[in-house]
Amino acid sequence: MKQIVKKHPLSIRWFHWINFPVLAIMIWSGLLIYWANDVYKIGFGSTTLLKFFPDSFYKALNVPFRLSEGMAYHFVFMWLFFLNGIAYVVYTIFSGEWRLLMPNRKSFKEAWQVLLHDLRIKKMKPPQGKYNGAQRIAYTAIIIMGIGSILTGLAIYKPVQLYWLCNLIGGYEMARILHFALTIGYVLFFLIHIFQVIMAGWNNFRAMITGFEVKKTQDITSVADETNEASDAEIKK
Amino acid sequence: MASFLKNILTKNSKLNTEQLIQKKTILSFSFFFLFAAIAVLGWQWFRKLPSDSGKTSTPIRKVLDANENIFAGLVSDKNLAKTYPVSQAANPARVNGNLGTKTPFDSATWVMNVIQAKGDTLKLKLDDIRKLPKTEIVFNFKCIEGWSQITYWGGVKFSDFMKAYNLSEEAAMKYLGLRTPDKEYYVGIDMPSALHPQTLLCYELNGQALPMDQGYPLRLIIPVKYGIKSLKRIGDMYFSNERTPDYWADEKGYDYFSGL
Repeated sequence: MKQIVKKHPLSIRWFHWINFPVLAIMIWSGLLIYWANDVYKIGFGSTTLLKFFPDSFYKALNVPFRLSEGMAYHFVFMWLFFLNGIAYVVYTIFSGEWRLLMPNRKSFKEAWQVLLHDLRIKKMKPPQGKYNGAQRIAYTAIIIMGIGSILTGLAIYKPVQLYWLCNLIGGYEMARILHFALTIGYVLFFLIHIFQVIMAGWNNFRAMITGFEVKKTQDITSVADETNEASDAEIKK
Repeated sequence: MASFLKNILTKNSKLNTEQLIQKKTILSFSFFFLFAAIAVLGWQWFRKLPSDSGKTSTPIRKVLDANENIFAGLVSDKNLAKTYPVSQAANPARVNGNLGTKTPFDSATWVMNVIQAKGDTLKLKLDDIRKLPKTEIVFNFKCIEGWSQITYWGGVKFSDFMKAYNLSEEAAMKYLGLRTPDKEYYVGIDMPSALHPQTLLCYELNGQALPMDQGYPLRLIIPVKYGIKSLKRIGDMYFSNERTPDYWADEKGYDYFSGL
């Protein structure tokens, strides 16, 4: 017997799918800005391992000579990114969803098991509640990164008026480096996220749109019920 | 398909689990793709909005101006750009553009025309500026391109200059305008930023007279703005209660305020 099991609340689905294009626009417009002074690279001494970014990359994405456009879009869409992010955080706090999203004592050990399992080193599947340990860590880290982007972004945007913030972050240059590094972090997060969504399959992906997962009855009594009810119980606490 | 359409019209309670899963999935995905299509169309509409001479559309300008209203409120004489010891200043300082300074220029006949509110023009020589109390600043000059450099400048505070030449009526106006002698380069600056205590009418770089390519004989240094506002080689100074023309905002699509 199949059964419909609620997974993602409607609000979280909205926040998620609004964030996707908005963050994409922020990264794109950020790239248009970065091009005007593209000084970052990974290397040691005089050896460059990776230059951000190669000319072919800029050319392919039609990046050159669009600084003013990039700044305009960045400073318009920053509001959507900020407001949607705030709404999400406020929602998770008041709905109690944060209890499912924040790492707990078991999460780090569990995340390690998830990693070993995903790398095909161990066969044993780690416990999967609504979110497993690795997901809890990732989804909390991404919020901290979002806060980091807003704070470093503000420090770059108003380094004189918000001098205390700029100093706190380690100065203007440091704020720029961190803002850039966080963006690279989003891109890496995105790639892993897409890979994991593909690996997890249709049922999991569908839940991000419909809100529910389909479980077989024996699953529900053994795993899903336990975790979902445990989560519900956690929320009610 | 037909059975699905029937299911849509059937109450959920009368459907079996399979039918319910199918109905909910198709409905949810339909809404999802509908909203996705609206988002894509909205984006295309937004991209194609008619734009001004600076290639920026009205809604974008409105948000940028709203940003200005939010963040200009922070501009205060108490918020100062961080200063550094002279030993940290770059020498030579980076030269990043020659707009307004590339036209052949006769320094012997140079005067700064200060066009006053009532229409009279004050013609000032460099010595008329140099005789006022001198202020020096070492700060991190920030280019809108993204680079920054610690540089050491000397000159007269703009606010001191306005007092010394009794330009209080002009200082009460909303905007300052500056342009180069060849009129190729011009900037507009809101008066609170112009009167900020770190804004200089600058005639020295690293303790020496300004080099030609840094705007000899007199330029603006305004640490509360991106470098695009620090106009080299001032020819005319004027005042208005309307926004004064700005090369980078009017022609190139940058934010008018461009404040830091």
